[in-house]
Amino acid sequence: MGYTITEKILLSHVPGAKTIAPGDFIKAKVDLCLGNDITSPIAIREFRSLGRKKVFNRKRIALIPDHFLPAKDMKSANQAKMVKEFAEEFGITNYFELGQMGVEHALLPERGLILPGDLIIGADSHTCTHGALGAFATGMGSTDLAFAMAFGECWMKVPETIKLCFTGKPRKWVGGKDLILHAISDLGVSGALYKAIEFTGSTIEMLSMDDRFTMCNMAIEAGAKNGIIIPDKITEKYIKSAIRKYKPSRKGYKMLKSDDDAVYAEVREYNVSKLEPIVATPHLPSNGKPVSELKDIKVNQVVIGSCTNGRISDLCEAASVLRNRSVNPNVRLIVIPATQDIYLEAVKEGYAETFIRAGGVFCTPSCGPCLGGHMGILSEGETAVATTNRNFVGRMGHPKSFVYLANPAVAAASAIKGTIAHPADL
Amino acid sequence: MKLKGKVHKFGDNVNTDEIIPARYLNVSDPEELAKHCMEDANRSFVNQVEPGDVIVAGENFGCGSSREHAPIAIKAVGVSCVIAGSFARIFYRNAINIGLPIFTSPEAVKVLKKGDKVEVSVGRGEISKSDRKTVYKAENFPKFIKDIIRAGGLMAYAKGRK
Repeated sequence: MGYTITEKILLSHVPGAKTIAPGDFIKAKVDLCLGNDITSPIAIREFRSLGRKKVFNRKRIALIPDHFLPAKDMKSANQAKMVKEFAEEFGITNYFELGQMGVEHALLPERGLILPGDLIIGADSHTCTHGALGAFATGMGSTDLAFAMAFGECWMKVPETIKLCFTGKPRKWVGGKDLILHAISDLGVSGALYKAIEFTGSTIEMLSMDDRFTMCNMAIEAGAKNGIIIPDKITEKYIKSAIRKYKPSRKGYKMLKSDDDAVYAEVREYNVSKLEPIVATPHLPSNGKPVSELKDIKVNQVVIGSCTNGRISDLCEAASVLRNRSVNPNVRLIVIPATQDIYLEAVKEGYAETFIRAGGVFCTPSCGPCLGGHMGILSEGETAVATTNRNFVGRMGHPKSFVYLANPAVAAASAIKGTIAHPADL
Repeated sequence: MKLKGKVHKFGDNVNTDEIIPARYLNVSDPEELAKHCMEDANRSFVNQVEPGDVIVAGENFGCGSSREHAPIAIKAVGVSCVIAGSFARIFYRNAINIGLPIFTSPEAVKVLKKGDKVEVSVGRGEISKSDRKTVYKAENFPKFIKDIIRAGGLMAYAKGRK
C-alpha cells in the first residue's frame, strides 16, 4: 500500500523507522522549529528549566518577533527583549530583529528556510502555511518548542489525510483565499480535526506560490494538523530563487509526492469554475457566503495583510482595485505588507502610493491587528473586512466587534464602497 | 487521584481567543493570565470559579490559536480539569504538555449541567456526578501520553534526558 506525501515526510524523519501508519505515535526529528514574541517567552522559560547549555542546533531555530513589534507597550518590549537576549546567549542564527523582521510565515519561505520534504514545527498555529512548499509543517505550543530547541525532535500522532481535489478555472477576482474559505465552509471548523489536508487538482497546479501559501495557511481553521501541496516546477522555481538570493545554510530538498495507491480518509471534489468570491461572516471562518449575498453591511475598517494575504500578489490585486479610486470617508484602510522585501517591492511597483493616495495607510510588517494586537483595533460595534484568517468573537478588538474574512480584491472594493462589495460592482 | 468540583458549562468551538484574548498576551505569568481566563466567553467566569471546579464543553474545545497561555490560564485559575466532546489538537497537546488534565467524553458532556457537582478519577479516566449513579469513561490516552501525564508534563518527562 502506498503512502501520502505527509506519511512519507514523517517516516523519513523517524530514525530507524521502516513503516508508518495513521495513528502511530512518533518522535520525529525536526528540520526547523520556530516561535514569535508571544509564544517564545514561555518556550524560553521552559527551555531554561532544563538547565541545558546549548540548543540542539543554532541554525535550526527561528525566532521572529512579529506579533507585537514595533513594541506596542512596555510588557511587549520586555517580551521582545527576553527573546533577543535568548537568541544572543544561545547563538540563534535566525533571529530577526526589527528591520529584518517580517510576518513569520511569509518571511521564512522568502529566506529559503523552508524546503520541500522538511518537517517544520512552530509555536504558532499558522505554521501549516509552509505545507505549500511540499513540507510537513504544523503548529504546536510553546512547551513543544522548548522541547524541540533542546532535543531537535517532537512527539506527534501520524494523521490520516483528507484529499481535497479542485478542478476548473477560477473566475476573475477568485483566488486562493476563496478556494480555502469555500473548503472550510464545506468541512466546518473541526471537519479536518487531527487530519492532514492535501490540496490537489488542476486548479491547484495552476496556482501561484502566494495563493498556495494562502490555502495551506488556513488549513488549521478546519482543525487540520497540516495542509500540504505536492511540490512541482512552480515550487522549485520559488525555492531556487530564495536559495540564490538568501543562501541559507541548508540547501538540500526532496520533491516528494503521494503514491497512486496512497490511502485517504476522505476525498472531496470541488469544481470552482462558477465560484464567486467568498466572505466568511462573524464569528467563524466556516461561515463562508458568496459576496453577492452580503449587501449593505457597513464597514468601518479594512485590513489587507497578514500571513494569509500579505504577499506581493495580494497587494498587487488590492492596488489594482484601489488605483485612481478613493477610500470611503467612513472607512479606515490599513495595508500591511508581510515582509520588508514585499514592502520595498510594493513601493517600487507603485502600490504603496496607490494605497496612500486612495486614502489608506501603508504600514511596517507586523501581525498587528490580525489577532487584535495593535495597529488597528476595533471599537465596540465596529465592523472590519480583513484578508486575515480568523473572525472569532473579539478577534480584532472589542468582543462586540465584527470581522468578515475576504480576499484582497473584495477587501479593497469594500474600502471604496463603505459596505461589503464585489470589485466587479464598483 | 480524584478531582472534585462544580461544573461550568460551555458550548462548541470555544476558541483560544475567548479563553485568553490577545490583549493579554504581552505577559506569560500564570497568575496574571488567570485573572482573564475565559474573559471573552464569559466575563463573570473568573468571579464564579472556585479551585477544583471543572470546565465542561462541547466539540472542538480550544480551537484557533496555539497560544499555550490558554491552558495555562485555565490551570492557574484553579480549574482542576476540562471535559469536552472533543479537543482541538493544539490545545490538546498543550494541556498534556503543561499538566492540565483533560478528558474526552461526549456522553458526560451531554449529561453534565452548569452547577452540577462532579468527580473525576484521573487514573481510570472516569467521570461521574457526585451521586455516582452513572460513571462515564473518558477516551483512553495512548501509553506515550500517559507517560507525559504521569510525569506531570513534557518538561518533567524530559528532565534528566541528555
